Amino acid sequence: MAVTVRIPTPLRKLTGNQSEIREEGGTIREVLKNLEVHYPGIGERLTDESGELRRFINIYVNEEDIRFQDGLDTKIKLGDEVSIIPAIAGGAE
Amino acid sequence: MPFREDQISRYSRHIILKEVGGRGQEKLLGAKVLVIGAGGLGSPVAMYLAAAGVGTIGLVDMDVVDVSNLQRQIMHSEKTIGMPKVLSGARTLERMNPDVRVIPIQDRLTAENAMDMFSDYDVIVDGSDNFGTRYIVNDAAFFLQKTLVSGSILRFEGQVTVLEGHTDAPCYRCLYPEAPPPGLVPSCSEAGVLGVLAGTIGTLQAAEVVKKILGIGHLLTGQLLLYDALAMSFRKLRVPKNPSCPLCGPAPTITSVSGSSEWVCQIPAP
Repeated sequence: MAVTVRIPTPLRKLTGNQSEIREEGGTIREVLKNLEVHYPGIGERLTDESGELRRFINIYVNEEDIRFQDGLDTKIKLGDEVSIIPAIAGGAE
Repeated sequence: MPFREDQISRYSRHIILKEVGGRGQEKLLGAKVLVIGAGGLGSPVAMYLAAAGVGTIGLVDMDVVDVSNLQRQIMHSEKTIGMPKVLSGARTLERMNPDVRVIPIQDRLTAENAMDMFSDYDVIVDGSDNFGTRYIVNDAAFFLQKTLVSGSILRFEGQVTVLEGHTDAPCYRCLYPEAPPPGLVPSCSEAGVLGVLAGTIGTLQAAEVVKKILGIGHLLTGQLLLYDALAMSFRKLRVPKNPSCPLCGPAPTITSVSGSSEWVCQIPAP
């Protein structure tokens, strides 16, 4: 099943500048695995050595943060929109 | 305190709004807002708050104005290059509105001075440029039970949220439990930022501050507003309070402000 994944601008260099990608998977974990297959290098930006979501990256399914659902095992269904939201700190410099 | 004639003229567009009125304008004139960072975000925030007649505006920044700032930091100008940003900013704000008392604080915000610096203000605005400062601002605002209006920008995207961890709403640590480690991230000057993005995000922050002072409308409390300038899209996501938040959760492990504000402008590396 394919879902839309929104890529934040800091990661778009890895996706050939695409802001939205269609990716297969029944859970977030599967979607991330497929993302890494198609866009090598993106995986390590999102998950750490043990495969857990990095704590300064949030992934949302529609409007909900997966950390408050089933984490990477959060199931997704047809038509869901997955968003990757990194912490950013710019403002004053 | 009755308005002077010139104030009735100056604030007439506010006063005729029934949601603001004379009473709301008095609240604005009596309000004290601290703006962390007198740069890209701090400029539009402070300028709109000054124009709105917010009576006391504190500006915190240790840097001096550089020519590379002028692409987005509209409070400063060619004439103030080399001047401390807080003094350059104070000059701009005082020229805009003599009703406003500007308190320039040319200092680095640290875990040691944050509580003292914040204690006298009603609302805190975060427009800083590094994660270390953002966690210090969050923690001090939480301990002092102050509303924190947080904004951040990078490249073509911005984020805005209102943090009130002292209530049943989330704090910054609920949203982002940890800062990216220093090794993983390039600097802001490498990553770049679209200048007008600072205006968009800073102005949204100013709107939230004014609404908070007036007690009107709905704030971005428990919500993260995302703006993508390239797609010209705005989206709102829900931010729940983290029940195991080490700061604002029921079993906190962080009981005082700590940490360093030295990491500058970090993002996950592209």
